[in-house]
Amino acid sequence: MRIAVPEPIEQVVANLLRLANTKLPMDVGWALEAAAGWERNPVATTQLGCIMDNVKKAEFMGRPMCQDTGTPVFFVSGRFDHTIAESIRKGVAIATSSIPLRPNAVDPLTRENTGDNVGVGFPSIHYEPSDGDLRIDLLVKGAGSENMTRLAMLNPSGGRKAVEDFVYGAVVSARGNPCPPTVVGVGIGGTADDCVRMSKEALAVPLDADNPDGELAGMEESLFVRLNSSGLGPMGLGGDTTVLGVRIKKAHCHTASLPVAVSLGCWATRRASATIDGDGVATYGQGGSF
Amino acid sequence: MLELPLSEADARSLRVGETVYLSGEIITARDRAHARILERVALGERLPDHFYGAAVFHCGPIVAGSDGNWLVMAAGPTTSSRMDAVQAPVIEALGLRAVIGKGGMSADVGKTMESVGCVYLAATGGAAVTLAESVNHVIGVDWADLGMAEAVWRFRVSRFGPLIVAMDAHGNSLYADVERGLK
Repeated sequence: MRIAVPEPIEQVVANLLRLANTKLPMDVGWALEAAAGWERNPVATTQLGCIMDNVKKAEFMGRPMCQDTGTPVFFVSGRFDHTIAESIRKGVAIATSSIPLRPNAVDPLTRENTGDNVGVGFPSIHYEPSDGDLRIDLLVKGAGSENMTRLAMLNPSGGRKAVEDFVYGAVVSARGNPCPPTVVGVGIGGTADDCVRMSKEALAVPLDADNPDGELAGMEESLFVRLNSSGLGPMGLGGDTTVLGVRIKKAHCHTASLPVAVSLGCWATRRASATIDGDGVATYGQGGSF
Repeated sequence: MLELPLSEADARSLRVGETVYLSGEIITARDRAHARILERVALGERLPDHFYGAAVFHCGPIVAGSDGNWLVMAAGPTTSSRMDAVQAPVIEALGLRAVIGKGGMSADVGKTMESVGCVYLAATGGAAVTLAESVNHVIGVDWADLGMAEAVWRFRVSRFGPLIVAMDAHGNSLYADVERGLK
């Protein structure tokens, strides 16, 4: 969608939050439809049917598809200046009252709620400056799935098998808590913090995009089959559908390290993106970017 | 289809794997409401009548509007295991007949459900609009000072579901069954 008038960044951000919260990306919807087609477990079929009914109602009514409107996670790339963070924070506050979103930002110890989804380090914003047009990618990250995030600093001698076993264990031990069928984001390598960040960036990769790295593509495929054979099923109630897809990113790491991080996206893996040209005109999409 | 409030016999008649829909009054309660219930009970206070024998929904909804003119926009279940440590005493103190949530609860909670006569009903996580659409009316809100997500909302629902009986009052758990079958 392109609105051919310049919009202030805070308005673009509010539009992204509305789009991501009310409309499931098409690739995620397709993955759910495909799962409903192959699923043999009747309880699982009920779960998938309820999910798809909910997605249609949310889009039609313009309402958030899940009451946990999450932590907004922004990835900002291209050309921008020091004012971008404040514009994003303003946009989040606007969207919180206009959509509305559930106010989720609390002090970690007092649990006091700021009321507008803006606080210290909230929303989460990552930056990657480049010479291209400004691009803002949004991932709406619910807490049920975020609480199941796992990081392991593996022994490098374990190799690919150790990595796959850890990912499998992270997904299956999460049981129904992250609202399966999940999208599995995996980071391999980097430092511990970069590894977790990669695993989250991987959730923004569309499910129908080929991984340019052949070995990673093979791991994605083998984990997808193995996880869907686990029997965990939608909402952990049993079935043939535990994951909608596996997306892996990697980076070089220290010769003595093998970090692996797993971030899970609930079935409602909500994302939206906007590219803003030099005139301040935004083009919106939900295709992901990484 | 089940009419609320549930009797002990109603709760004990349900079996793991069944799909049910609820009509009547349910109340929401999450982490902080459970903590407050136990604080008040420890002080010997009587809680509002509608807390007793209730169907408690683990949910922090999005509710638009203001006092007396509420609109429930989104109301899906939250992760029940966060309440594992406090659920059993709350079930005992209030004589709960149903707990609605997602992801299941501990074996200890299951034992208490068995002794009190209470079931765990699994709602579809994230099905927030479908479930909100079956809320006909907000009867009221208790403990609004806890904030929108943590307050205790009283919902009048009709055909609220689908809900899967995932832990019954006979010691059975669908989650335990799935766990045994995991590859």
